[in-house]
Amino acid sequence: MTHAPISACPACNAAPMAQNLADTDHMAGHILLNVPTVHCAVCISSIEKTLNAFDGVKEARVNLTLRRATIDTTRPMDVQVFIQALDQIGYPAYELDASLLGQSAMEQTARPLLTRLAVSGFAMMNVMLLSIAVWSGAEGITRDMFHWISALIAVPATLYAAYPFFANAWGALRGRVLNMDVPISLAILLALGTSIYETSLSGEHAYFDAAISLTFFLLAGRYLDHRTRSIARSAAQELSALEVTKAVIRKDGQDITVPVSQVQVGDTIILRPGARMPLDGVVIHGQSEIDRSILTGETRPEFVTIGSELRAGEVNLTGPLELRATAVGQDTSLAKISQLVAIAESGRSKYTSIADKAAQLYAPGVHILSALSFVGWYLYSQDLRMSLNIAAAVLIITCPCALGLAVPAVTTAVSGRLFQKGLLIKSATAIERLAQVDTVVFDKTGTLTDGDLTLIDLPPATAEQMQISHALARSSAHPLAQALAAGLAAQGVAEIQLDQIQEHPGYGVSALYRGQQVRMGRAEWVGATPRDHTATWVQIGDDILEFGFADQTRGGAVDLITDLQQAGIDVQILSGDGLAPVSRVAAALGVAAYYANQTPETKAAHIAQLQAQGRHVLMIGDGLNDTAALTSAHVSISPATALDAARVASDIVFLGQRLDSLIGIIALSQTAQRRIRENFQLASLYNVLAVPVAIAGFATPLIAALAMSLSSITVTLNALRMK
Amino acid sequence: MDVLIYLIPISIFLGGVGLAGFLYTLRTRQYDDPDGDAQRILTGEWDDRPKPD
Repeated sequence: MTHAPISACPACNAAPMAQNLADTDHMAGHILLNVPTVHCAVCISSIEKTLNAFDGVKEARVNLTLRRATIDTTRPMDVQVFIQALDQIGYPAYELDASLLGQSAMEQTARPLLTRLAVSGFAMMNVMLLSIAVWSGAEGITRDMFHWISALIAVPATLYAAYPFFANAWGALRGRVLNMDVPISLAILLALGTSIYETSLSGEHAYFDAAISLTFFLLAGRYLDHRTRSIARSAAQELSALEVTKAVIRKDGQDITVPVSQVQVGDTIILRPGARMPLDGVVIHGQSEIDRSILTGETRPEFVTIGSELRAGEVNLTGPLELRATAVGQDTSLAKISQLVAIAESGRSKYTSIADKAAQLYAPGVHILSALSFVGWYLYSQDLRMSLNIAAAVLIITCPCALGLAVPAVTTAVSGRLFQKGLLIKSATAIERLAQVDTVVFDKTGTLTDGDLTLIDLPPATAEQMQISHALARSSAHPLAQALAAGLAAQGVAEIQLDQIQEHPGYGVSALYRGQQVRMGRAEWVGATPRDHTATWVQIGDDILEFGFADQTRGGAVDLITDLQQAGIDVQILSGDGLAPVSRVAAALGVAAYYANQTPETKAAHIAQLQAQGRHVLMIGDGLNDTAALTSAHVSISPATALDAARVASDIVFLGQRLDSLIGIIALSQTAQRRIRENFQLASLYNVLAVPVAIAGFATPLIAALAMSLSSITVTLNALRMK
Repeated sequence: MDVLIYLIPISIFLGGVGLAGFLYTLRTRQYDDPDGDAQRILTGEWDDRPKPD
């Protein structure tokens, strides 16, 4: 089965994408906004009114299904204006990269499919009307006339509607393989051919209705399949489109914002505190601390100064930095990780879906059966016309109407349920593979924990010292300081007046308290010994206070892990973080098997080793360091907050902050798997009952129509039990 | 059975009308935002006259 064609290597695609973005900037604007909170008629009209009130807006329209607002403007306009306006009326909005979404793939392929479905549906209705007249006993020229009219409708309609099957079958035959489309195309063509031949000899049996309804049912299955996947795909695309990658560069003393693709090696980049590195670079001015958790899984901020190298994806925490770009596009470390993913991908054993396995057994079987009955009847009766008729009947009756619906009907039902829980299924076979999972490997930072820190260790100190620490912490925007301030405020510690507060980017904060200098910041700076876990230090006179932090586990993490363990699934943690924080989280969650200080390579190797033992591993991770492991695992999940590269590498993406949405998905996928099996059994049962009738030569168009419709309906109803 | 001469063309014509109608709704993007259209009918904004294009 094919993967969703989201860029396998995001960095490779970034350049042309950003190029498109740059081109569209000059034209009259077409702006796309993601408005996640719109939900009612009043929301729609108030948003549209607000947007339409702007001078220069040609038309603004809200799409509630996609939770998107489209704005057409007569001249280029700044997106921020609209975002602020919507924010004021209470709807947070985010810019979407229009060039990335464009006219979505969904529209381009879904519409022709729907048109074909409609044509075959309407043709089927008319032909069925005529067929019923024939089945109820029309004879002689009346029957011939009805057959001819049916042919007039069915032949062009079938040839048009079944074109995708013909094209696929032709492609498969040219590649010298058999797929499900080969018997389908053969059955349709043979049914049409023998029916025309029979009708021209004013024969009794014509299968025009069978040919067209076969096409209709199969197209319905194909459409369901397509819709399920494109909904998930467009949601995943929207996540990528939310990350409009721009960089601020300094040229001739002026700061300008440009698309990342336009930055060249040697350009000076300005990185504000809180901003993410758009590419690789070396610091040429300024000092700061950076958070590289998304790349390595480490929660401890790292100090950077002139000469330090920063990689794409890292976040600047305290001081503004000036950098020289050292690598752009393909050469960034982000792109290099993608290469690691490509290697892991080529090593991944090719998974064959149940449907493909069924097709491999089924396609030759049907052809042999049909050919045998033709040869047998010809030897027995020497009647070419009758033998051909029987062979066609066998092919039509065995044709996989229900088989074509068996998998899509179930996956549609399951994906719909998972979509409501906030899960996007990107790969067609993800649910099948999920059903086999017996080991779950979690990444820690950003997956089991949400990146927010909490104060866990308080040093022994006087009330006055605590108040000073609180005041110092309050004066800095550094995440550790913020966590400390929040922690102390929760303990009911008051603030105290400090003078001459000064931030030292990369080191910490200093101030004067009653003429005495007090400082808060890194261990080296205040004169303390650095520790393995995340901590900050406050120096007051000769006293040094150490405040320890731990990252908070995501909501629902404990529930999820207990649920997995109760289901008898082995749970492990693989983290790039130090031993102390990893063991703390593992203990809190009740996980016995955990591994700290992992690199991307060792993570992937660990997964490969588990797979070599015959285990089926589900990897859940978010960082760049997880991408190779995500790809080499049997099936993989990443949160929507993950980097684009990690999301691309995984089969399923979950939205929202909590992990509870993942509870029960393995059980659900196993139910889905059971339903698919049942569906195949049901479809086979119909074949077992109807094929002997066809081979014996008793098949009539009425029996074919009944077998086909009944099996399709039972299969669909069985799938709907999932809901 | 002479009535068939009229009835068959009529039934095919009616089927054709249905098909043309469906294709028209598909072309004019009436399936793009089913949720939104269901909500829009509740607002009184363009009740007295159609929204100008």
